[in-house]
Amino acid sequence: MIVDPPPGMLMIVGAILIPLLGRFQAYGALALASLSLLLFYNTPIGTSGQVELFGASLEMVRIDSLSRIFGFVFHLAAILAAIYALHVRDTRQHIAGLIYAGAAIGACCAGDLITLFVYWELTAISSVFLIWASDNERSYRAGMRYLIIQVGSGVLLLSGTVLQYVETGSLSFADMTTVDSSAISAAWGLTPAATLILIAFGIKCAFPLLHNWLQDSYPESTPTGTVFLSAFTTKLAVYSLIRGFAGFEPLIWIGCVMTLFPIVFAVIENDLRRVLSYSLNNQLGFMVVGIGIGTELAINGAVAHAFCHIIYKSLLFMSMGAVLYRVGTIKATELGGLHKSMPLTTIFCLIGAGAISGFPLLSGFISKSMILSAAAEQHQLIVWLVLLVASAGVMEHSGIKIPFFAFFAHDSGKRVPEAPWNMLTAMGIAALACVALGIAYPLLYRMLPYDVEYHPYTVTHVVTQLQLLMFAALAFVVLMQTGLYPAEHRATNLDTDWVYRRALPKLVGVVRTSVQTVDRAMRQNTVAFLQRAVTAGSRELSETGTLGRTWSTNSMAFWATLLLALCLLMYYF
Amino acid sequence: MSDHLPILLIVLPLIAAPLCVLVGNRKVAYVVALAAAWCTFAIALTLITQVTRSGPIHYNIGDWAPPYGIEYVVDSFSGFVMLFVAGIGALVLSYAPPSIKAEIPQSKHYLFYATYMLCMTGLLGICATGDLFNVFVFLEISSLSSYALISLGRSRRAPLAALQYLILGSIGATFILIGIGLLYQMTGTLNMADIASRLDTHHGPRTMLVSFAFLTVGLCIKMAVFPLHRWLPGAYTYAPSVVTCFIAATSTKVSVYAFARVVFGIFTPDFAFEQLSLNTGLMILALIGIFGTSITAIFQDNVKRMLAFSSVAQIGYMLLGISMANQSGLTAGIIHMFNHALIKGGLFMVAGCFALRLGSVNLSDWQGAGRTMPWTSFAWVVGGLGLIGVPLTAGFVSKWLLLTAAVQSELWPVAVLMLLSSLLALVYIWRVVESLYFAETSQRAADAVDAPLQMLVPTYILIGAILVFGVWTTYPFDLASEAASTLLGAPTP
Repeated sequence: MIVDPPPGMLMIVGAILIPLLGRFQAYGALALASLSLLLFYNTPIGTSGQVELFGASLEMVRIDSLSRIFGFVFHLAAILAAIYALHVRDTRQHIAGLIYAGAAIGACCAGDLITLFVYWELTAISSVFLIWASDNERSYRAGMRYLIIQVGSGVLLLSGTVLQYVETGSLSFADMTTVDSSAISAAWGLTPAATLILIAFGIKCAFPLLHNWLQDSYPESTPTGTVFLSAFTTKLAVYSLIRGFAGFEPLIWIGCVMTLFPIVFAVIENDLRRVLSYSLNNQLGFMVVGIGIGTELAINGAVAHAFCHIIYKSLLFMSMGAVLYRVGTIKATELGGLHKSMPLTTIFCLIGAGAISGFPLLSGFISKSMILSAAAEQHQLIVWLVLLVASAGVMEHSGIKIPFFAFFAHDSGKRVPEAPWNMLTAMGIAALACVALGIAYPLLYRMLPYDVEYHPYTVTHVVTQLQLLMFAALAFVVLMQTGLYPAEHRATNLDTDWVYRRALPKLVGVVRTSVQTVDRAMRQNTVAFLQRAVTAGSRELSETGTLGRTWSTNSMAFWATLLLALCLLMYYF
Repeated sequence: MSDHLPILLIVLPLIAAPLCVLVGNRKVAYVVALAAAWCTFAIALTLITQVTRSGPIHYNIGDWAPPYGIEYVVDSFSGFVMLFVAGIGALVLSYAPPSIKAEIPQSKHYLFYATYMLCMTGLLGICATGDLFNVFVFLEISSLSSYALISLGRSRRAPLAALQYLILGSIGATFILIGIGLLYQMTGTLNMADIASRLDTHHGPRTMLVSFAFLTVGLCIKMAVFPLHRWLPGAYTYAPSVVTCFIAATSTKVSVYAFARVVFGIFTPDFAFEQLSLNTGLMILALIGIFGTSITAIFQDNVKRMLAFSSVAQIGYMLLGISMANQSGLTAGIIHMFNHALIKGGLFMVAGCFALRLGSVNLSDWQGAGRTMPWTSFAWVVGGLGLIGVPLTAGFVSKWLLLTAAVQSELWPVAVLMLLSSLLALVYIWRVVESLYFAETSQRAADAVDAPLQMLVPTYILIGAILVFGVWTTYPFDLASEAASTLLGAPTP
């Protein structure tokens, strides 16, 4: 019997052959991704690839409904990104993108922690080349920081894995929240091993205070690179959290914070791709809340939201990438009025913006409302309210700000050609998917891990959501008209929901600023200290320094004798 | 014929050495040496297959029964070490000609091959013999030939480095000889198994302690354990590239082998670790060494010197595994000997390729070579990933096993420090990668072309082995765990 290759492997191995294709590299990448999807589609549910590795047994491939839907959407995202990148003539980016996507797909089909770790590191190492592909000093530094953090997450995962293995003798990647009484349980109900693994996942999932790498690095990548980046790393973390920590309650609160704090930053940020990065963070919050609630509906919601999110977020990043590609900048202050020269891109961007804001009939609505309903079902009033506020915030920065500043607002006078055909195709497919998912939602629901009867289009849902969106739009219009945007002093009087929509984020913002000030001061000292250490190090340890230079022979002989004396002493007593 | 394989393994390179001198022609000498090296590897391969199939092989030289005659023992531990020593020896020799042509005067080539063969004889002999005095003799053969090989280096510092190594190495050898002498005085025998059975480790005389102290310190010098490692950076840096590849990959590992044999095979871990707590001392030295030398490596501009310091750090990992003195720790230590031999050998071979084309091993001259020497540079990346311990490379296997062993022995600080130290390796490897790919092209690098195939192919075989044994772990793992249980079990009868 011929064993099916592990999912994603085709893309990883195929990527190595990409340089041979010459001018057709981009098409090769697309073909590989499509072929891999076909293979994946025909791979049955089940496990395979059992390997014995120094005493422990590994299970390299485990496909169930959860990994299937993630693998599926990862493939879709890879294909979209490949179409979007058809015009790119950069071998590095094609290889990195393929390996990155393949590794993410492999990771979500990994049945044990070692395999997961391997793919985990592979996503980190391959994706950093997408950031470096910008070929400038800024992106090099951002990529370096990104790599260090991602590898750090891998090291934590590995440490957790080792602990887990020694404690339980098993490497299988399964639910880690259930603690048997015999294990050393920490105060919050996780074994040390699980805690380490949770932090590793948390870094990739951009938990609050672990999130900076995301906004730091994604906007520095190339237009096409960011589309790849936005799809995989964080959603892989979401998948891992669902697999390992579904129903772990603290995640609800982590998720709530995640949905709120990026809003403030997103509103005041000028770089539109960075705005999207913040909003990515905020969307992840919804998923994390869903995972924390942990009911079947909530998990379904988190999965569905991840699915829809990958598509509309790619769409938004693609539209901003197209703008960057044509105009050469992505600063809100330098853009505007592009709807005249890039009409199709504008429409696609508006669809993406509508989807992320959760307009009925678009994909965001049918997935986000599942999480909201799940919160309501569990009588989590505060959570529900927070999510509602956050939804309004999403509308504010992603739904309105992005298209408004890029395509409308004051006319910047820039006249550029429409985006290339391949970019338009990719955006068109993504936009179509957003609409299709919003209407034909049962198709998506059928793929979800649990069977749940759920109907998003009830009167209450639709009305609540529309009300919310209208208010957010109203607020934006009022602010723009009075020239207050993005300053928001007088806004508090507008409505009562303004309090928790603005004041709370503001409070979080204040706390953050103070934390940042302290942090910066500490960092400055640390940097100064490190610099001193490095200078001292290079003075003392280099070939001419005290410790680095060749010692004289008698000092070496002296050490040998001394050690002998020590040995004798130690042995005697 | 096949009964005599253990002795053939030693005799073949030993005969090849004078043969090289006698023919006196560099080309013929090369063919003789190369043939001998590959035959030796084939013999080592056959031996290890026999051992895994039917257990340890005992060979009595001249049919004299063991305590009186000299006995050669090939078990899974010695067989494993011999296998990679012979393999790397042969591979490095295949790689050698272009490099030594550039670095050693032509008139000395045939002498170089002869000395190389002698060095190989010594290293293999240490592994094969079951006689303690024979260990000393082979240790001296390998050391003396290494001094000669190192002094062949182009730089004027090479003879000085060799002299320093000679003095230190002789001190070490003297200590070892004193240790052996004291053991002989106590037991009246030189056969290792025989000594072990006659030595009363619980109520023995104090002489035993003294002998053990001399042996440990002597071997520590040979292994380049921190702080007795100072001879190593100089020797590795100024030796000809080929010599560095061979010595760095094999010599210290063989000393570690001898150390493990002495501690586990003769004195028993109970005596060394329970009564004398040598393990604590070793562990502390290993950890200080790992950090001290890794940090030093970061600040080196000479790449060979950087790799040399990193070698000292890696010896620390092996000692960590050995000092845990349990099945998993020992397995990890032994497998790291093998993996590190591959990785460090491969990296030094890459350095040799750069040295040939760029005429320098200074990092500033390597800048931008990634563009003009893509294959050579890529080999560095893969080897470097192995050294850091990235998954799918052999380095990861050792890291994983060492970590699990440390956690199992509940040595938490050790486990944490080990993880941290692997980040240091990331830093110094990355410095080179950054220079190769991201820096402005230096003058030398701009005119360079990739290394000749004769060097690239062996380099890639070794670098490929890093990847192969990162995935196909069962073979080295089974050998190493078999070796570990041999060491921990009763001394071989």
